[in-house]
Amino acid sequence: MSSLAVPQAEPVAGSTPGTDRDRPPLRRRIALVPTVTLLLGALYCLLPVAWVVIAATKSGRELFSTFTFLPGTGFADNVRDLNAYRDGVYWQWMGNSALYAGLGALLSACVSAVSGYALAVYRFRGRETLFNVLLAGVLMPPVILAVPQYLLLAQADLTDSYLSVLLPQILSPYGVYLARIYAAAAVPADVVEAGRMDGAGEWRIFTRVALPMMVPGLVTVFLFQFVAIWNNFLLPYIMLSDDEKFPITLGLFTLLEQGANSPALYTLVITGAFLAVLPLVALFLVVQRFWSLDLLSGAVKS
Amino acid sequence: MNSTARRRSYGVKGAPYAFLLPATVLFALFFALPVGYALWLSFRKVKVSGLGLGSGARTEVWAGLENYTDALSDSELLDGALRVLGYGCVVVPVMLGLALLFALMLDSEKVRLTPFTRLAIFLPYAVPGVVAALLWGFLYLPDVSPFHFVLDRLGLPRPDLLDGGPLYLALSNIAVWGGTGFNMIVIYTSLRAIPAEVYEAARLDGATPLQIALRIKIPMVAPSLVLTFFFSIIATLQVYNEPTTLKPLTNSVSTTWSPLMKVYRDAFGDGDIHGAAAQAVIIACVTLLLSFGFLRAANRRQKQEAAR
Repeated sequence: MSSLAVPQAEPVAGSTPGTDRDRPPLRRRIALVPTVTLLLGALYCLLPVAWVVIAATKSGRELFSTFTFLPGTGFADNVRDLNAYRDGVYWQWMGNSALYAGLGALLSACVSAVSGYALAVYRFRGRETLFNVLLAGVLMPPVILAVPQYLLLAQADLTDSYLSVLLPQILSPYGVYLARIYAAAAVPADVVEAGRMDGAGEWRIFTRVALPMMVPGLVTVFLFQFVAIWNNFLLPYIMLSDDEKFPITLGLFTLLEQGANSPALYTLVITGAFLAVLPLVALFLVVQRFWSLDLLSGAVKS
Repeated sequence: MNSTARRRSYGVKGAPYAFLLPATVLFALFFALPVGYALWLSFRKVKVSGLGLGSGARTEVWAGLENYTDALSDSELLDGALRVLGYGCVVVPVMLGLALLFALMLDSEKVRLTPFTRLAIFLPYAVPGVVAALLWGFLYLPDVSPFHFVLDRLGLPRPDLLDGGPLYLALSNIAVWGGTGFNMIVIYTSLRAIPAEVYEAARLDGATPLQIALRIKIPMVAPSLVLTFFFSIIATLQVYNEPTTLKPLTNSVSTTWSPLMKVYRDAFGDGDIHGAAAQAVIIACVTLLLSFGFLRAANRRQKQEAAR
């Protein structure tokens, strides 16, 4: 199984051990065109990130007067200003995002696990119908969902609450799909059968035997959903009006909206954007090796 | 599975239904019910009697197809749809073209620094659309932009990236930037799944890496290309976050720039939930029509290729 931290698979044919000793010209040893193309792609992708890192160090005056990629001197001040902005509401937003994404993704992984397992291991009437109906959820455009979700939750008096953002994002049809594929591959039928022979109940077999086997796939489900919720903007934008409950995306957006009238807030927005990018990038660097994206393409083939 | 096992799993009849209960309940509450409700709303309207004052003056009545005919003859919605179609015609091919190119490059021989470049290109996936639009928005902003700085020093004209035609490219660029890495990884993983023997014969016949890429690799990963296309079409037609985020930075993005923004404005700005519901249903139908139309066309082509 490969992961994002990829698969340096079997040595490529053609590069026999002898070639290195013969020292062919550099061009023969490095494929120049692909390497340079990829470096250009990396440069393009890192450009805005590099910019925000540098811009976050600039004071308001420096931002508009010095060359873009020249570091400034105001990072500490910017962070202090951000902390002071509305009594540190920025950190509240970060905390909210962590809560929405962390708890939401955890619940999502649990629901996906139990559903995917049931769909993979049992044969029962209506299995494929149920699966297809759940999958159709992937295709449901968020717009046709978000507005009526708001109106329905308003009738239950649940709008503008943490639950209004959390609940609609627990079921991830995509997560159920991945969990099913993973369970089918990772949980052998005879292991389940052996559990039954030992007299274990179905739930116990699932939690004690199957669940540990499904963990790597569930990590993937968790991460996908974490990123999806963390990056979501439309749902909280529609649901929430109290900015104490905003996630970071919505918070930064409102900050930018106010900044349109007073450019002094630009430095706050930029510093805020920089600090908001950090946690996810850090998460990626740490977990990328556990993230098996080949589930995606494996899914395509079936 | 042997026959005893099959009989056994039929024996534990209740378990799968119990296991699927949470997903089913969540689906009913947060997918099926809202969709049904949106459909219901789209066929209703508010009838105002008299001056519309006092209780009972505003009643909900059956509207038939009125909301739909209104929506379809609404020039704002049509303009938004055309804008987004134009935008999608740039975003989807460029993004997936780049994703395929990078994936093939990653998969080629003797390429260096791939752990770094792969991660760097994938990185934008971790950046929320709103933040991505915000970062690029500042890079486009004349006072702060490095592009403007360089062009200025060179004495060249400085185009306004946040207006007119360039605005489309500016918005497309944000989507391309955000989506290329993820699609690259999807295509790349399916490239890695091709067994090495497949190339052996071609290589022995003296095929160049370019020929191998065009004749073998791309056809072999066609299913993932189709899938990434399919999901990219859906995502692109739903564009909302990026233009909304750029709005504070420029006057050229109206509140109805994309159809989705119009739905939001009509529902929450103007309070016309019935009209907004009809528009949302239309957008959803068009999206599904286009994406499934593409899927069918792609499948038919693949079958033809296979039959040949």
